[in-house]
Amino acid sequence: MKGIPGRLVRIFFSYSIKMISLLLAVSAISFVLVTASPIDPIQQYLLGLGTAVSPQQRAEIEDYWGVNEPPAKRYLDWLSELLHGNLGESALYRRPVGEIISERFQSSLALMLCAWLLSGMIGFILGCIMGMYQNRLPDRIIKKICYILSSVPTFWLGLVFLLVFSVWLKWFPIGFSGPVGIPESQVTLRQRLYHLILPAVTLSFMSFANIALHTRQKLAEVLGSEYVLFARARGEGDLTILLRHGLRNILIPGLTLQFASFAELFGGSVMAENVFSYPGLGSAASAAGLSGDVPLLLGITLFSALFVCTGNLIANLLYGIIDPQIKEAAP
Amino acid sequence: MKQKDETLLEIHDLSVSFRMYDHGLSQTDLEVISNLHLSVHPGEILAVAGSSGSGKSLLASAILGILPPNATVRGHLHYKGQELNAQRQKQLRGTEIALVPQSVSFLDPLMKAGKQAEGHHRPRTPAPIKSLFRRLELPEETERLYPFQLSGGMARRVLVSTALLTDARLVIADEPTPGMSLEQAMEALGMFREMAREGKAVILITHDIDLAFEFADRVAVFYAGTTVETAPASDFRSGPDRLRHPYSKALWNALPQNGFQPIEGFQPYAGDLPKGCLFAPRCPYRTEKCIISIPPVREVRGGEVRCYYGS
Amino acid sequence: MSILKISHPAGRRTRVVILTILIALLLITIYAMGIFIPDEAAAGSFLEAGQPPSWKHPFGTDMLGRDLLARTLKGMAVSMTIGIAASAVSAVIAVITGIAAAAGSRYLDASIGWLIDLVMSIPHTILVILISFAMGRGLKGLLIGIAATHWCSLARLIRGEVLQLRSRQYVAVSRRLGRSGGWILIHHLLPHLLPQLLTGLILMFPHAILHEASVSFLGFGLPPEQPAIGIILSESMRYLSTGMWWSAVLPGLVLVLIVLLIDRLGEQLRLILDPGSAQE
Repeated sequence: MKGIPGRLVRIFFSYSIKMISLLLAVSAISFVLVTASPIDPIQQYLLGLGTAVSPQQRAEIEDYWGVNEPPAKRYLDWLSELLHGNLGESALYRRPVGEIISERFQSSLALMLCAWLLSGMIGFILGCIMGMYQNRLPDRIIKKICYILSSVPTFWLGLVFLLVFSVWLKWFPIGFSGPVGIPESQVTLRQRLYHLILPAVTLSFMSFANIALHTRQKLAEVLGSEYVLFARARGEGDLTILLRHGLRNILIPGLTLQFASFAELFGGSVMAENVFSYPGLGSAASAAGLSGDVPLLLGITLFSALFVCTGNLIANLLYGIIDPQIKEAAP
Repeated sequence: MKQKDETLLEIHDLSVSFRMYDHGLSQTDLEVISNLHLSVHPGEILAVAGSSGSGKSLLASAILGILPPNATVRGHLHYKGQELNAQRQKQLRGTEIALVPQSVSFLDPLMKAGKQAEGHHRPRTPAPIKSLFRRLELPEETERLYPFQLSGGMARRVLVSTALLTDARLVIADEPTPGMSLEQAMEALGMFREMAREGKAVILITHDIDLAFEFADRVAVFYAGTTVETAPASDFRSGPDRLRHPYSKALWNALPQNGFQPIEGFQPYAGDLPKGCLFAPRCPYRTEKCIISIPPVREVRGGEVRCYYGS
Repeated sequence: MSILKISHPAGRRTRVVILTILIALLLITIYAMGIFIPDEAAAGSFLEAGQPPSWKHPFGTDMLGRDLLARTLKGMAVSMTIGIAASAVSAVIAVITGIAAAAGSRYLDASIGWLIDLVMSIPHTILVILISFAMGRGLKGLLIGIAATHWCSLARLIRGEVLQLRSRQYVAVSRRLGRSGGWILIHHLLPHLLPQLLTGLILMFPHAILHEASVSFLGFGLPPEQPAIGIILSESMRYLSTGMWWSAVLPGLVLVLIVLLIDRLGEQLRLILDPGSAQE
């Protein structure tokens, strides 16, 4: 295993360079897009203030925002502020964007992590069942369910879950990350979890079909391999083969796929958070877009790209661990 | 060599066919092994020799009971005098009957060599692996290497070690030598000879006719899914006059050192076998009888032959 | 089950063709209904506000008394139109980038690869929100946003396909004969790419519809007066706690059904155009 740490360091650096180029491009593109918007951010900012503003005050604010400067200079100013850790101030929440993102991301992370683990486990187990019963009844039924689920939009599934489990059965609350009317600091962990379950389940339903079908295919490949034939020849039973060879060979590819799907996870969390009024980054993103809160929208866009790239980096590293073994095994 | 009559494995009239689905409901049965006879005794190396694509590897799978689900097996297998049914196959494979597969691709790419050699039955003590690897001249660190880090020869020895770590009485080696240098091949065969000396029975499945003739105690000539002749290897070494079946003679003549005369025609495909003797279409001595019906197995001069006229 | 299967290959092909036509007809009917239902049918009357499903209003009515079946069908037609337009634009982008990446220089290939990575590095929902914001919300932003986010996988597919075709002998022979790149493109590459493209386009279509619905649901894209499916569902959310289940469940079911049908249509077309892919 001498070669692996070296290879991982190489992958890390080469992907990091690419990641920087991508993030720079994301910042430029999103800046161009919000600049091109006919929606006037100053107007939105002033609307948010809620008080009448004299033309002179408006001019001062415009000056502060640098609206009258050429866009290229504004971009460079924004970028240099960004590199110093200043993402500007949200027009909607009247607070530094960095603060909002870090606070909201904690809620979103809890939601996404739960959904990620849940979809990974459900998908992996279902994929194993399908692989073991290939082309037999359990396989065909689960496959059908997976195909149907991939045609169901997350937000509608959330609505149906809300209707069934919250409105009719009253098992779960209608929304938010804690009970209404209780200050954020006093919400207990139990209450948080209770409010997290339904959105997390909804979000996990979005992606487990994908991981299940992937696992099924990988397991089928493993079971058709010569080394499994040899394992059978040595007297290993179905279960032993699954545990000894199946898991070993499909776990990392599955995990790689799961890390490479952070973009779908984040996109799905925007939908789930809106349906369940969950105060995370996703609901902040759509609120920022609707209210024309440019600094917040830019900040979240960049942060989401960073999140996706981090997932891809981990996926690349994981792939780097098993890549040579797989390649050499199938010349 | 031990006494011949205590047969370890006896195969009688074995046929293996695959059910193939063409379109929708229409299905055909593809017979890849038909009416095969074979017996192997403790302490001997029996080579099953035949050209590529004649279904030899499936014979190993049939003995072990690991054919794919769409395969049907007919005929009788007897191990130590008792019928070898699916249940017994399941008990015996990996313990009494061991397979030595052909290449590194039969090793799990993500499992270390030591663990693979051990197998799924936890080893009694770690000592046998270490001493066995030493005996096979495998370097100390081999245990901790992944298959892709093994050289071809090392992988071969790791595969052999899987059989040596069991108490197998019957070892089936499937094409153990292709891609090896002569030295490596001799070394590998040496290991099988040693197993035979310990009283194990070794079935050596190979397409290398020369090697089978030179190395085995007895040779079974495999053609189009069946054995046409089984005889002591010495007969094969002495020349066509000592052989019983026209195909065996033709094979001998086709060897480079014996004149390199090719056999005319092609081996028939599994889906398109002749009605009578499988070799009849290519046989210079065929008669009406050969085309109509399959000849029975006959004992001729201490060998078995499936031919009406072999003598 | 097995009795229904026709074993003869020609019979199976006929069955596939008939099924394809039936699905296409069903989709066209739903689409036409959405287009031709008069606006009055979807107009509300406060006397009938918030009614559960009945014979008169199979999907019930919303809080403004509007018939939800009519609104759903009209909304589906809007979503399908947007989906078709966005997929078509996306497919054009995919063809251009895919062929350029495969046929152009290594530098161009790497650049397009990087561009795809760039689009994939922003969650699509966020990117569509951003583009919609840049276009001042509304239909245009929605269309461009969806078109800009759906071309990547098809472009990769086309790139791979062209690379494979390029290595074929007859293409090499044409080149020796001095045929221009354009001639080879039209005579050799496009005929092979067309089936791939058509199925790719149809399979992209349900994604585009789902995306359109999601983004409309968030409040980007179409104005609230438009009966887009996402907007109907977003409105239904407000009355969910009052037990108006029909306004959330039934329009959503229609959306899922349409998406499944289009998906099926794409698979069937693939069976017809590319029979080899049918074998698993």
